[in-house]
Amino acid sequence: MSAARADFWELERRNRRETAILVAVFVALFTLLGFGLDFRFGDLAIVNGTLTGFPALTLVALTFAIFQALLSYYGGASLVLASVQARELTPDTPQHQMVLDVVREMALAARMPVPKAYLMNDPSPNAFATGRNPNHSVVCVTQGLIDTMDREEVQGVLGHEMAHVRDYDIRTMMMIAVLVAGVAMLADFVYRSMWYTGTVGGGSSSRDDDSRSGNGGALIGILVLVLAVLAPFFAQLLAMAVSREREYLADAASVEFTRNPRALLRALERIAQTESPLRNASRGTAHMFIVNPLQGARDDDEGFFANLFSTHPPLGRRIERLRALLNETGGQTPAASSISRS
Amino acid sequence: MSASLVVLIILAAVVAWAVLGYNSLVSVRNQVQNAWRQIDVQLRRRHDLIPNLVEAVKGYMQFERETLTQVVEARAKAISAPDQASRMAAENQITGGLSRLLAVIENYPQLKSDQNVLKLQEELTTTENQIAFSRQAYNDSVMLLNTRIESFPTNLIANNFGFKQAEYFQGAPEDQVVPKVDLSMGGGAAQAPSTPRA
Repeated sequence: MSAARADFWELERRNRRETAILVAVFVALFTLLGFGLDFRFGDLAIVNGTLTGFPALTLVALTFAIFQALLSYYGGASLVLASVQARELTPDTPQHQMVLDVVREMALAARMPVPKAYLMNDPSPNAFATGRNPNHSVVCVTQGLIDTMDREEVQGVLGHEMAHVRDYDIRTMMMIAVLVAGVAMLADFVYRSMWYTGTVGGGSSSRDDDSRSGNGGALIGILVLVLAVLAPFFAQLLAMAVSREREYLADAASVEFTRNPRALLRALERIAQTESPLRNASRGTAHMFIVNPLQGARDDDEGFFANLFSTHPPLGRRIERLRALLNETGGQTPAASSISRS
Repeated sequence: MSASLVVLIILAAVVAWAVLGYNSLVSVRNQVQNAWRQIDVQLRRRHDLIPNLVEAVKGYMQFERETLTQVVEARAKAISAPDQASRMAAENQITGGLSRLLAVIENYPQLKSDQNVLKLQEELTTTENQIAFSRQAYNDSVMLLNTRIESFPTNLIANNFGFKQAEYFQGAPEDQVVPKVDLSMGGGAAQAPSTPRA
């Protein structure tokens, strides 16, 4: 028991650290973009090897980045919920009452405050959790999940979500979702504005320019362009890298809470049978869901590239692990599973 | 001069250690009491629900009468229990009886179509689950407290200040597993979710 506790403190620390790094990288990236823009459009220039001029756009970018980071931290959950068009879950039907009860139960099992429950009106079974800390956490399920799953399966899914809440995954994942959206938006804006002002097309004319600042400006302009193209890609890669292992850990924690490997196992098997993607999920929010909500993203491919570019571990692999857990604890001959592996 | 300083420092260290040890024992003891209060809330809620259940199902379940009266009697015993051990025993009896009743309800299509019964069933199910989960939390904190009280050197403080080991809330052996009651009444569609087991 104390070992499990230690693990959970460790996970929480890691998430706090990762969120801090993410925010730092984000602010630095923005500031760098502003710096580049200062060269292109502001009065910043390199004259005789020294930097001259007032970095107005850099400061604007820095301010904007800090503002965006604060907004993401305090308003991220609302933004995410709005972007998937979720509404607060009320006990208006017996089914919804059941989900609210199960949320309370799993919060007790995880020894966490009871999160708010939200509902997405979508027939595809899925769920996610978000928020900046356990005291300000939200779990969200789809109507499809409620319709297709029984009580035990809903327990398994919400146990998984409570694990994300307990381990502070929700904070990291929320910041990634909101900041990635911010980076993508800005990159898009920069990219367009550069086309409109002819920076990219007119690159060749600056070669004739004999002043050093012109060359430097063009170079930084290209740098900005590269950043603008790569930023969302890197952000996405980061999101993928951090979320796959989390899913396995949350699956294990769900079993620890429910003391019932079958609950989550059956839930995942049921999800594996459905094919319909989620309407309101986007690339920015996909990594938050218990299973990948995007079309065609759920194949059980293994291998380096498949693993590198997917936000979730293959569903088949997760089901396999849970089944192994069930065999260990479920009274079926434990020796059999170890023999069949060799 | 320097010798008395050393003695003073050692004395201060011992006192500081004793204060810290005492405080940590108090905080664990409070944790245990808190966890017990959590269970208590749920147990009381269950006591309140039992009369409603009896009222709702008494017209339907003729042959479950025995379990029903058993639960009602256990409830009376739990409410008037003189000490914690006998109360736990009575509560465990309620748990066993209720889980049997809840399983049996599944086999009565008439009961399953009664909105009141469904609502009660959900309330009882979640209460049962919440009792089980708070019991896990309670037992975990009891284990922590008892280990502290027994192990050296905190046991010195515990003995001097009269910290007592807390009692585990053991479940009755039969309520570890939900009884599989199959009356083969042909519940049909209502039972669909629970069939693909095995």
